[in-house]
Amino acid sequence: MAKILILFAHPALEKSRIHAGLLKNMKGLQGVTVHDLYEVYPDLNIDADREQALLLQHDIILFQHPFYWYSAPAIIKQWQDLVLEHGWAYGHTGKALSGKRIGNVISTGGSQQSYTVGGHHGCTIHDFLLPFRQTARLCNMEYLPPFVIHGTHRLKRSDLPFCCMQYRETLEALRDDKYSPAMLQEAAYLNDLIAQTSDSN
Amino acid sequence: MNEHSFFFTAMIYLAAAVVCVPVAKKLGLGSVLGYLLAGVFIGPNVMGFIGAEGQDILHFAEFGVVMMLFLIGIELEPSLLWKLRAPIIGLGGMQVLISTAVISVIAWWMGQPWNAALALGMTFSLSSTAIVLQILKEKGWMPSAAGQSAFSVLLFQDIAVIPMLAIFPLLAPVGAATSTGGHTTFREGLPGWMQTLMVFGAVITIILAGRYLVRPLLRLVAQVRVRELFTTFALLLVVGISVLMTLVGLSPALGAFLGGVVLANSEYRHELESDIEPFKGLLLGLFFIAVGASIDFKLVLSQPLVMLGLVLALMMVKCLILMGLGKIFKLSTDQNLLFGYSLSQVGEFAFVLLSFTRQNGILPDATASMMTAVVALSMAFTPLVILLYEKLLQPRFTITESSTREADAIDEKNPVILAGFGKTGNVIGRFLLANGVPTTILDLDSDRIDMLHNLGIRAYYGDASRQDLLHAAGAAEAKIIIIATDTIDQTAEIVKVVRQHFPNLQMLVKAATIPDTFDLMELGVLHIYRESLDTSLRMGADALHMLGFRAYNARRAASTFRQHDEKALKELSALRDDRKTYLNTFKERIEEMSKLIQTDKVKPWNDEILSWDERSLMEEEGNPEIEGIPDANSSEEILNVKKENT
Repeated sequence: MAKILILFAHPALEKSRIHAGLLKNMKGLQGVTVHDLYEVYPDLNIDADREQALLLQHDIILFQHPFYWYSAPAIIKQWQDLVLEHGWAYGHTGKALSGKRIGNVISTGGSQQSYTVGGHHGCTIHDFLLPFRQTARLCNMEYLPPFVIHGTHRLKRSDLPFCCMQYRETLEALRDDKYSPAMLQEAAYLNDLIAQTSDSN
Repeated sequence: MNEHSFFFTAMIYLAAAVVCVPVAKKLGLGSVLGYLLAGVFIGPNVMGFIGAEGQDILHFAEFGVVMMLFLIGIELEPSLLWKLRAPIIGLGGMQVLISTAVISVIAWWMGQPWNAALALGMTFSLSSTAIVLQILKEKGWMPSAAGQSAFSVLLFQDIAVIPMLAIFPLLAPVGAATSTGGHTTFREGLPGWMQTLMVFGAVITIILAGRYLVRPLLRLVAQVRVRELFTTFALLLVVGISVLMTLVGLSPALGAFLGGVVLANSEYRHELESDIEPFKGLLLGLFFIAVGASIDFKLVLSQPLVMLGLVLALMMVKCLILMGLGKIFKLSTDQNLLFGYSLSQVGEFAFVLLSFTRQNGILPDATASMMTAVVALSMAFTPLVILLYEKLLQPRFTITESSTREADAIDEKNPVILAGFGKTGNVIGRFLLANGVPTTILDLDSDRIDMLHNLGIRAYYGDASRQDLLHAAGAAEAKIIIIATDTIDQTAEIVKVVRQHFPNLQMLVKAATIPDTFDLMELGVLHIYRESLDTSLRMGADALHMLGFRAYNARRAASTFRQHDEKALKELSALRDDRKTYLNTFKERIEEMSKLIQTDKVKPWNDEILSWDERSLMEEEGNPEIEGIPDANSSEEILNVKKENT
């Protein structure tokens, strides 16, 4: 059973529907640690030693955050700058994270159509996540497909339970290593794999 | 004594102190030695300004010791006293018993009858609270292991005086007049159990009165709002305790100490302290002068070698016993040396005990006056012994660089000058030093400066509003001056001098209150820091957080509020009419506060944050559920979220 660390970043969770719901629904899930960055570091003064120790205790790292301006809220960047030290996370001697898996769990206002070449946003989510992908590569980590919730502005309250259930199932499948490397290689979103496993069952 | 001669005597004392003490301090000898020298100088042997009345003054000035113990008590939390119980009883008890025994045996061996030997043993086992504590405080050694041990021993000695006074009449040779030396107390003539009962009664009275009577009285007196009345009451308190203790035959110093401890937790503690402090200082100074004046140099010079031998032998014996005990109580060698050296003299109480022995016929007059001279000399030698320790011995034990201090000559050129090392300044100083920024510290409190020196931090005594001093501190080359002085007057003076002479310096200025802030704004200061603003906002933010607000939200709210508050204050300052005469400062302050609070209401700062709010976007997309979004200010929702996260 793999251990999952969720690095959660939302600067105004009190205004959020999606992420508050996602967190609520996966509460108490075995093998999953939620680390609420804005709550722990309201002054963005990140404790790199503590973060590195947390990383070492887990096998799968997930950044969970709204997809602000095609990227993550500021604290994620601050976290990367301070925690992923040269000689520890990357470089000749930086092998601490080698072999771990890493990925993003994001919510966007735009629909999946808008995130296509020629769509409203001009590029795919996969393209926009390039910095995260390359960061993973530099740290010798395996980059997972993202888990994406699209169209949050149009989302109705009644749609929430479905999103939450999907997320919970995804976490459980990752934890129990249900997805083969080939499946992960092929999938655009982690969301797609749920349909596949439930189809095959 | 007519008025003229009274004022003349007062003038002599004051002038001698004003001349001798600064000279002694400048020479690194400490204030105690300065006072003693002043006493010797004006005493019957040198200038002869004062004669026999010196003895009366000595008794009067002993009251300074009582005040000192009151102040020590008031600074001492009862819990701390409880923690010290082992050294007080163990170390103090052993010191008194062993010193008494050893000195008695030596005196007996030197040919004194057993009763005189025992009286001398007891008398000489005591040390001088006044001299030792004054020196330890001045050097900032009170919190050290040696300081704490010395304090414990002195405290026990003050208690030990009580049984000693009881034993002395029993030592009187049969047939001699058993006068009690003018110490007529209530207790005499009463049966033993009654005496004991009275002693306990007095102690319990002080504790109960301190708890239940003095506090409400202090409140009443404070409410009258007549400054000097509070001082009067504070004095009455100490004098009253002394009278009560003398009445039942206890040590007034001990009673005052007890009274101080009882009031240590009182809200008027600091007022009491600052009111009594100057009296204590004056009386102690007077006491030291009187000791200096009372040294009978004719007697000393008639047999100098014998006297010197006696004093040195006595101090050596006491010192060795103390250091033996220090070893048992696990003091480090350097602390043990200080402990032994500092307590090696004989205390002021010996004067009382010796006159007692003379009256009781325990000691012949000649021996008694010789012993009095020995006591005074041992007290006079103490600052010298301590000096010896500080200059010769201590540097060998402490690894930090030598503690030779260049008085006031500032040889540093640092980028930052910090004026004022009080509550605010000391955190700034520590922060800058911790980050490797060399800082020149200026302060007007010599005790604080001494303390810093002992910590190995260079600080300079001086008034930062003096242009020459600032220049010496490197103001012409420095980049920043941080002004964190205690009063707005000092602060304003420094600001003016800096603006006029050192325009190269950026000023960061602390302000205590809103009116102070306005004053500084008027002086054109750009960077003003209100003392309690950040603390208040941090507490406010933490309160929000504890109520369930997200930590980051609470922090931003505090930050936003501070910006709002500073802006509002600037606007208010611009609107303030420039009538300089504050007819009713308090009323004005209330008005200003109410204006500030009104602006708080007009601008609900927290709602201005539109970022991270998707409602407008939802509206654009035509989502009908906008109302379903949790509102930032509905704490119910926040509390739910918060609970789920933890």
